[in-house]
Amino acid sequence: MRFALQPHLIPEPLLSTSQLTYKISEIPTIPEPSFNPSFTFNPNLQRHLSGKQLLLEDLPFSLEEIQLHYQNGYIAYRPALKKTLEKYECMRCGTKDWQWFASYPCSRCGENCVYCRKCIMMGRISSCTPLICWLGPSPQENDSGASEPLLHWQGQLSQGQEEASRHVVQAISTSTELLVWAVCGAGKTEVLFKGIEYALTKGDRVCIATPRTDVVLELTPRIKAVFPGIEVASLFGGSEDRHKYAAITISTTHQLQRFYHAFDTMIVDEVDAFPYSMDESLQYAVQQARKPHSAMIYLTATPSQAWQRDCRVRKRQYVTIPARYHRQPLPVPVFLWCGNWEKQLERNTLPNNINTWIDQRLKQGKQVLVFAPKIRLMEKMLPLFRQLHPKTEMVHAEDPIRKEKVGLMRNKEIPLLVTTTILERGVTFPNIDVAIIGTEDAIFTESALVQIAGRAGRSAQFPTGDVVFFHHGRTEAMVRARKQITTMNQQGLKRGLLDR
Amino acid sequence: MTLFREKNCLVCHAKIEPVVTWTSVFLYQKETLICDPCNNNLERISGEICRACYRPLDKQYSRNDLCLDCLRWEEEPEWQGVLMQNQSLYLYNDYLKEVIAKFKYRGDYLIASVFATELAGKMSLGLFDWIVPIPLSQERLYERGFNQAEALIVQAGFPATHLLTRLHAEKQSKKSRKDRIHLPQVFQLNPNESYPIEGSKILLVDDIYTTGSTLRHAAKVLKANGAREVHSLTVAR
Repeated sequence: MRFALQPHLIPEPLLSTSQLTYKISEIPTIPEPSFNPSFTFNPNLQRHLSGKQLLLEDLPFSLEEIQLHYQNGYIAYRPALKKTLEKYECMRCGTKDWQWFASYPCSRCGENCVYCRKCIMMGRISSCTPLICWLGPSPQENDSGASEPLLHWQGQLSQGQEEASRHVVQAISTSTELLVWAVCGAGKTEVLFKGIEYALTKGDRVCIATPRTDVVLELTPRIKAVFPGIEVASLFGGSEDRHKYAAITISTTHQLQRFYHAFDTMIVDEVDAFPYSMDESLQYAVQQARKPHSAMIYLTATPSQAWQRDCRVRKRQYVTIPARYHRQPLPVPVFLWCGNWEKQLERNTLPNNINTWIDQRLKQGKQVLVFAPKIRLMEKMLPLFRQLHPKTEMVHAEDPIRKEKVGLMRNKEIPLLVTTTILERGVTFPNIDVAIIGTEDAIFTESALVQIAGRAGRSAQFPTGDVVFFHHGRTEAMVRARKQITTMNQQGLKRGLLDR
Repeated sequence: MTLFREKNCLVCHAKIEPVVTWTSVFLYQKETLICDPCNNNLERISGEICRACYRPLDKQYSRNDLCLDCLRWEEEPEWQGVLMQNQSLYLYNDYLKEVIAKFKYRGDYLIASVFATELAGKMSLGLFDWIVPIPLSQERLYERGFNQAEALIVQAGFPATHLLTRLHAEKQSKKSRKDRIHLPQVFQLNPNESYPIEGSKILLVDDIYTTGSTLRHAAKVLKANGAREVHSLTVAR
């Protein structure tokens, strides 16, 4: 679309006479008409657009009406694609890498348009596309009087959680950043409750973002249950809440690309998880979605090495929960050398120590979760494991009945489950031992190993479990992972968070 | 030096590992645009096909190299010989459905270049006087930002000639076969240009051949205005 400048922007379709028009990316500074307080704005448009950045196609309102809101200072047009010297930048997904841009002869502006291929699934952004955002007042929630407590939760925080919870409230009240470094099974979610309640009573908008859709699906009912009077929007690819304006938004980091300066409190769960940790545009989306003056809470069990360093040198505010809520130490992984297991596997045998270790457990009737680096090798292992127990199963990301198999494992109907790293986080099986075969593989990073070790001993009823890393040469990641776990156990002991 | 630079697949964005061999060092090689898994998902049309529409033939549903659908078209005097022959590159399988949806509905123009070499092999200005894209209505063109059929022709390196225009109508993909065949004519000769169509041989280009109704309606307008033969070429069948 093209715009005339006179002196404010007027979209070409609304011009009655022909005059000089420009692509929005060619206009150096976009004029912003001053705010007219006596203008009667459309409350539906307000709810639809507040805190968002959308394309014209995403707005079920007429161009005339949108333009009227712009002229009265309630809406801003921003160029969706910025050109700096010879570089392009997508303002929605933050992509700058030239490989993601291409051009086409555009019938909307009659010129060649550059477009972003990275975020094209959310609607194409090109050099003549305006991004539309709301400048007017935010919708007012009709608060039911802050006298009643918003949080309905009967549970008890552990000592470690209590401490972290206090820090979270403080970070939210001062709009600062905080990393909550909580070991697997510490109970991270409960730590947020007080902070969220505090933000809500202030009238703030809260967002919990996570890279993984299953975490959104798991968190939503829990949050809804403890904040019964509060509107909660749950956003993931294809969810129904897309246009819901809510006090609490639980979203995949991907869906945040439609938001702009929306949240006073931003909580990112599992900061180290794929794809958030790898994909810069998701990190950009989180930054775009929070207000310039807002609180930022990161939750993780396994911060990256860079973040760990920042914590050590106090460049980053953080709080740790070094112990699980059941007050038992984390199982420390044992390293066992198993020789060239891949070569043995080619000859359809398993290293002896692996065989014995697994066999012992199956005979005792204890469930085992085995991680392996490659699907091809897992397929070779499977018949060998089935000789030990015929009901052995394997899962990987492409497995169509993955959910069912995980369910069977939870019901103790599968004695031995072989898996890729997809089950490294987010799953709880109450009483299991855990092994990795081929721990030396590069796929098992420090954080993957800590997460995997964290699968054992999670329930209060069975707070212990064995963790063995079978390897053909120990790696830096293995040593660091074990160090991280023992450090946390020492810290837990020192702070009196462990029984023993 | 960009000889062995890593590239990404145009469709799925996975890394394409450059294969470095003596041949690739010394001989010019065709550029790979998509990765092997994507390439394997494209099912080239081969074997016995309907001589009119390029559909793979099932013995049970065919007669004299014609599929039953084409037989029905050719039995009607109104449609007989309107479309000489259709050619298509690939079967319209689930994978290609996704690729074309991304190209056409999401508007990822660059995807047209994936089919460019193959399409160019079947286009020729020696054989055809005009290569004509199936037009979009003004409204649809504005909505999409570009005409996908024109993109296919241009990316293949040929000039697209707009002999036809289209009146605005409902989306084809929401109609049944019967509705599509008994469609009112939505095409007309482009009123803004005049080309010598009389006695010419024309190649119509579109992204998909589904029932053949769109292409036949377009061909009919051209025939009625004196075209000698109208052929068609699509990516998917």
